[in-house]
Amino acid sequence: MHIVDGVLSTPVLVAGSAATLAGVSLGLRQLTLDRIPVAGMLSASFFVASLINVPLGPSSVHLLLNGMAGMLLGWAAFPAMLVGLILQAAFFGFGGLTVLGVNAFNLAAPGVIAWLIFAPLVRRASPKTAAIWGGLGSAFAVTLTTVFVAMSLALSGDSFIAAAKLVLLAHLPLVLIEGVLTGFAVLLARKVKPELFAALKGRQ
Amino acid sequence: MTGLGQAAGQTHFGIRAIDPRMRILAALAFGICVVSLTALWTVAMALGLALLMLVFSRQPVWQTLRRMAVMDGFIVFTLVLLPLTVPGPAALHILGLPASWAGLRMACEIILTANAVILALMTLVGSMDPVTLGHALHRLYLPDALVHLMMFTIRYVDVLRGEYLRLRSAMKVRGFRPGTNLHTYRSLGYLIGMILVRAIERSERILAAMKCRGFEGRIFLLQDFRLTPRDWIFTTIFMLALAVLLICDKAPL
Repeated sequence: MHIVDGVLSTPVLVAGSAATLAGVSLGLRQLTLDRIPVAGMLSASFFVASLINVPLGPSSVHLLLNGMAGMLLGWAAFPAMLVGLILQAAFFGFGGLTVLGVNAFNLAAPGVIAWLIFAPLVRRASPKTAAIWGGLGSAFAVTLTTVFVAMSLALSGDSFIAAAKLVLLAHLPLVLIEGVLTGFAVLLARKVKPELFAALKGRQ
Repeated sequence: MTGLGQAAGQTHFGIRAIDPRMRILAALAFGICVVSLTALWTVAMALGLALLMLVFSRQPVWQTLRRMAVMDGFIVFTLVLLPLTVPGPAALHILGLPASWAGLRMACEIILTANAVILALMTLVGSMDPVTLGHALHRLYLPDALVHLMMFTIRYVDVLRGEYLRLRSAMKVRGFRPGTNLHTYRSLGYLIGMILVRAIERSERILAAMKCRGFEGRIFLLQDFRLTPRDWIFTTIFMLALAVLLICDKAPL
């Protein structure tokens, strides 16, 4: 899902970086120092959880968890995703440098949109209904990320349109798996710790 | 191991002796410069420069190159179609479809660019202790909240990874074997939910401990950096190398 350096055209790179800059500054405004431990801890857990190999037939996939991150962190998903991507690129050699802005936007923006639509539903519903909304929110965020990645490619040149379509197709199974898995994650979280989804909402 | 929590030993040799701030700026300059290159051979030269730096960074060479190869495995996905979709004279036929020279060239250029930039980033920045990266970004005037968020993430990635591995071995002891079925997805979903719950609870304890110690909203970053003549020499040579790349790129060949 990460785009690497050298693929995207300059206008796409600049637009993505500008959008991420705006998102990060909005997110940082939410992060008072009281909330930094909780946000840092969540961002570390998404980092760890996205390394889990989820079996799929003969192969395996990694989760994006950007919908879950968005629904828990709100706008703070922008800085959290950016931090994750910086660490991945510098220490694991995954992703790229000039594309940091675009990649962060493609992950965080769908998360924030999922937060706006689905987080109130997850917070209010009973655990079982919340699980369904949570799963839908995650699937929605992954779908949107895939669309954004495909659009970043397609906008960078006509020669990438076929690749963009391939990206869309190849990520369909991930959408389903991510939806099911995070649905169960929300179910457990809502049962064990109902206030989880209010963690960054004016607690304490 | 994720390795993020380990402190890399202080060595004063090659790239590692250079001021972290300069290394971050150098990596950025390198990235922007290489992405703007258009000639295939200058991009190849940039990759050569990155490899040269790798040798002088005392990073484990094979491990770094293997990580790079893992990334290549993913981008092949985007590139494999290029020869088929870029119009131009056909170079060869794959499954009866014409593959153009222009497309092949573009795919090569992307592979070289992506590898050069990520390799330079891993050698210049990845050779730092992650905590040093946080401090250096702070000294480069990144917002406090972003740096603190990064420091927390770095600090607790390994802790949470340990927690994940403990939960995972507990599952294994109870006979869990992953496969493509709903049971696996449900169990892994619960696992992720549990990691998140524990993370939140840990963060509450941390905040309480911080407040208990008189935390008043400021985290002090103790590491200080000073630029030495060696840093300036490195930066000058590096910028000259980038300038040579850019000039060669514009020169007709």
